Amino acid sequence: MCAKPVKKEPRQVETTGHQWDGIEELNNPLPRWWVWVFYATIVWGIGYTVAYPAWPLITAATPGLLGASTRADVAAEIARVDAANAEIKAKLVAADLNAIEADADLATYAERAGSAVFRTNCTTCHGSGAAGFEGKGYPNLLDDDWLWGGTMEDIYLTITNGIRNTTDPEARYSEMPKFGVDELLDETQIGQVTEYVLGLSGQDNDAAMATDGAVIFAENCAACHMANGSGDRTQGAPALNDAIWLYGGTREAITETIYKARFGVMPNWNARLTEDEIRAVTFYVHSRGGGE
Amino acid sequence: MAFLDKHKVIETNAMLLMILSLLVVTIGGIVQIVPLFYLENTIEKVDGVRPYTPLELAGRDIYIREGCYGCHSQMIRPMRDEVERYGHYSLAAESMYDRPFQWGSKRTGPDLARVGGRYSDEWHQDHFTNAKSVVPESVMPPYGFLASNVIDGRYIQDVVATHRMTGVPYSDEMVENALADFTAQADPLGDASGLEERYGEAAFGTPVNVRNFDGRPELTEMDALIAYMQVLGTMVDFSTFTPVANR
Repeated sequence: MCAKPVKKEPRQVETTGHQWDGIEELNNPLPRWWVWVFYATIVWGIGYTVAYPAWPLITAATPGLLGASTRADVAAEIARVDAANAEIKAKLVAADLNAIEADADLATYAERAGSAVFRTNCTTCHGSGAAGFEGKGYPNLLDDDWLWGGTMEDIYLTITNGIRNTTDPEARYSEMPKFGVDELLDETQIGQVTEYVLGLSGQDNDAAMATDGAVIFAENCAACHMANGSGDRTQGAPALNDAIWLYGGTREAITETIYKARFGVMPNWNARLTEDEIRAVTFYVHSRGGGE
Repeated sequence: MAFLDKHKVIETNAMLLMILSLLVVTIGGIVQIVPLFYLENTIEKVDGVRPYTPLELAGRDIYIREGCYGCHSQMIRPMRDEVERYGHYSLAAESMYDRPFQWGSKRTGPDLARVGGRYSDEWHQDHFTNAKSVVPESVMPPYGFLASNVIDGRYIQDVVATHRMTGVPYSDEMVENALADFTAQADPLGDASGLEERYGEAAFGTPVNVRNFDGRPELTEMDALIAYMQVLGTMVDFSTFTPVANR
């Protein structure tokens, strides 16, 4: 129901004129404090757009009087942390890799910084404990069985340039022939050489087949894996005469490896990490137990 | 204030209230949206960003189909912790050919804006097949079936043409050769010179990844998705590019 608004007695507010079953709706004004807060927010809003980037103009938006910029903020934040570590980082970059350990401060920094770099970038393949994933081609970094060498310089080079990637021409490179896929050996020959390789690491094998396999091994494999199967670090050829296997040491896994070959890739980290980070993580990996 | 008293006219007239509300919302919308189309400082010009190759585009469609964006964002925010973990913060230009963009704000898994080149193809394959085999704490579901889904690119030309319709600058030549480029990228023994010419170093400054991404003889969804993963965030060379600081 809608009747004419009725003015009540003094100190009483007018009604809106709405009535329902005799109940009237009072037209109370908004509380003054509320109205003033509302006006204040409008003033604040205008001030905000002047102080911060806001108004779109012809080619760019107004930058704001305070010069606020998330990019500048992050650059400043990174610069602040870099400045705090600048001295020790410079020392790390200048230091001889093998001399880091002798300097307690530097060694502590390299260990911790290297640990952070490792956890961020390396654990996805080498595992959070650096033990790799045996049989899947991600090498264990804790043992002293190294593919490309375990000295500081070797590890440094491997991390810097990576292995068999397409992004760094300096990357370590070697390629095992696909003996089965490319029909370099027939199935019988692959079976024979598999038996011989099993024997190299002292596993049970078929002695008769292994005898034939030895000849095939000498002709096809020994150039990289060496006549006694000790491997060759200059070519990243794994040792075959121990119980540590990159892609598995069972008869099936070895056959598969010979048949289709393996081509483990490691990215080069020189594009992502700074020199001091590479050195820190080199030191970290070297000090895990297998460093030479 | 007499003018405020007129407010009553609006409040008691539903149709007028609706028309005026619509007007206010329209103005607000125009002020917020329209400048983004012409302001030069919202998308800075960056060298190297190119439209996705047909195979990468197919991988991107698989990424969207599988709902990867539900757990992975593709936007590194300008904060120190993110920059240190993932790399340089994302630039608007890096997703200017994304239809739709994959920025996201949900990170059950890590950000993928710069995952390209970070891991080997073989790692991606292991990880897609069974993430726990390489990241034991991972909760990512297995996507091994992608490796058995062979794709022939029969609609890839339409996909490229559709993206061109939405404003991605694919040339006539790119659209015409979509299928050829699609197969060439996953075939290291074939002739990828056309693909390289259209999308590669000469045209955009970075060579195209041409590999057999999943190591299988067939061209599978796994190939496409890994090709897409490996290009993410690799188009801009940050060793030569310095973004304007005051943004």
